[in-house]
Amino acid sequence: MANKPIVDFEAIKNNLSNVSKPIQVLNENAEVTDQDIFDSFSDDDLVEFMKKMVWERALHEQTMNFSRQGRMGFYAPTEGEEASEMGTVLAMKKNDYLLPAYRDVPQLIQHGATITEAYLWSRGHVLGNKFKARSMMPQIIIGAAYDEAAGVGLGIKKNGEKDALAFTYTGDGGTSQGDSYEGMNFAGAFKAPVLFIVQNNGFAISTPRAKQTAAPTLAQKAVASGIPSVQVDGMDILACYAVAKAARDYIVAGNGPVMIETLTYRYGAHSSAGDDPKRYRTKAEEQPWFDKDPLIRLRKILEDKKLWSEDQEDKLVDEYKASFKEAIKEADSAPEDKVSDMLKRTFEIPTPEMKKEIAKFEAKESK
Amino acid sequence: MAKKTYIQAITDALDIVLEDDPKTLIFGEDVGKNGGVFRTTQGLQEKYGEDRVFDTPLAESGILGLATGLGLTGWRPIPEIQFMGFSFEAIDQIAGQEARMRFRFDGTKTAPVTIRTPYGGGTHTAEMHADNLENFFTGVPGLRVVMPSNPYDAKGLLISSVENNDPVMFLENLKLYRSMKDDIPDGKYTVPLDKAKVAREGNDITIVAYGAEVNEALKVADSLAEKNISVEVIDLRTVSPIDSETIFKSIEKTHKVVIVQEAQKMAGVGAQVASAIAEDAVLSLDAPIGRVAAPNSVYPFALGEDIWIPRAKEIEEKVNEILNY
Repeated sequence: MANKPIVDFEAIKNNLSNVSKPIQVLNENAEVTDQDIFDSFSDDDLVEFMKKMVWERALHEQTMNFSRQGRMGFYAPTEGEEASEMGTVLAMKKNDYLLPAYRDVPQLIQHGATITEAYLWSRGHVLGNKFKARSMMPQIIIGAAYDEAAGVGLGIKKNGEKDALAFTYTGDGGTSQGDSYEGMNFAGAFKAPVLFIVQNNGFAISTPRAKQTAAPTLAQKAVASGIPSVQVDGMDILACYAVAKAARDYIVAGNGPVMIETLTYRYGAHSSAGDDPKRYRTKAEEQPWFDKDPLIRLRKILEDKKLWSEDQEDKLVDEYKASFKEAIKEADSAPEDKVSDMLKRTFEIPTPEMKKEIAKFEAKESK
Repeated sequence: MAKKTYIQAITDALDIVLEDDPKTLIFGEDVGKNGGVFRTTQGLQEKYGEDRVFDTPLAESGILGLATGLGLTGWRPIPEIQFMGFSFEAIDQIAGQEARMRFRFDGTKTAPVTIRTPYGGGTHTAEMHADNLENFFTGVPGLRVVMPSNPYDAKGLLISSVENNDPVMFLENLKLYRSMKDDIPDGKYTVPLDKAKVAREGNDITIVAYGAEVNEALKVADSLAEKNISVEVIDLRTVSPIDSETIFKSIEKTHKVVIVQEAQKMAGVGAQVASAIAEDAVLSLDAPIGRVAAPNSVYPFALGEDIWIPRAKEIEEKVNEILNY
């Protein structure tokens, strides 16, 4: 036997780490790192991006308030992820289908659900799912939306819709579930128009990204499906938008799916139901991410251009928060869900057993 | 009208639904050129093209997720799971996603998916190829489970399943695929879902069965007729929901019942039938409820099947026991 190994596995493994830098337009010091992309945005675009991020941050703050008051159900905090969420969703068109994960409620609202509906979804009321947008409800099973997105993409293709695709989201944890690979592989095999977005916020509840996979990037998980993929600075809305828009253009041109990994961070807990980030994160880990805040860097650019002021932002936040308060009032007046209605919506044609149960509950409910 | 096997009847039904509704799609592993490993989709890709009948990558969760997404975009998917044991891989898409689609969207979005899959023992297949998993799926609200016992019903029930706007698991008995022939009318006819059939009328005792066991029960009825015992055989056809009324009507007449299933005894279809009778019709009986089912072991390897699966002999023993109570 030769002393030299037949295959240098260590070299192959090292080569996996040989990845390009994430795409970025504006760094954390508000310096433009990609002038060409930056120049493709008008001043109005920049203001619009800022407004969307301010809206999402205000939505988060107000929802947390409602949550502390006991007025919300399940809520997955979004603070820190505004660039990733708003940047990608702004590249969507109304005819596109959205398959969101549970943290992607702001995108669902941008795509056509009302805030009232979002609050009702959080509380667990069926009227929270009756939005008119082309969208699934926020998905709880972290890989499932990837599978379904392949089907939605194929459906769009078979329907002959030329300017539409499926946008779907999962997190870093979601890439560990087999379904996320099956979905990408199916979409790749069928050349289905799907944009798979992984919002890598560093933690699946408390499990850090490093324990999630030995893969150097999550983006390269798409490579095995034959899908082009790329990492983006997920704290930079200009980069997130530009890449999502470019991916959309590429996909609707008939080239098949794309996967984007946004490198982002959630400042708070996984959900409002009780995990405590202090148990699994240190201040030293968190601070560099807070310094990369997506609002700070764009705000600085806008202020330098005299397009933005603190007053203006405060006024906007007040307006937004007033609209959220209106929405929750509206949600408060939703009729109580009834068991008889639950039975009626289980099947289109109720089973004989259910007909009896419906009659029983209707009698109870009319008392 | 022509004599057709269970498989030919299914192919016939698929041909009709593809012809009738341009939104129907058949897909799964090997269903295209190969016509399915049992040839149930034979000739359909040739006739309707690769857009309507197509092979998928080998991944059951992916196949069922594809069905969910296609359903959402206006299509009527008929995915095939090559063997029912492989559906373990797709439980989330079936039970967690499709079955609750109408419920979660209050009917504004639905999953009109018909999942076809072969099941059942006696053909000495490899592990995971024969498991009777209906007991699993009958516990899922929002999902119908249909199990035809003969070629005529297979065709009519499959057409009804595809036309239904909620998800249906359509379970095809492996042993029956080529062992049975019926006169099958040409063209379209339907057999209603959620309705049991009196497969044979009788006055002395009722046997409630479904799938391949219906044919075993009919053999018992023939054999006991020679001893002047008149057996009524009820074929459930849809095992979730169960048509209790037809069962109650029968036992009001016969006052005795034996429930037969190929699957393990624990939970599931037979238990549901027994509990429905115990709850609402026990006073019709003048003997205990008899049950014949497979033992509660893991599904056996090929060479253990023949001693494990309950057949006519065990049914006849139980029927005699209940008659002589």
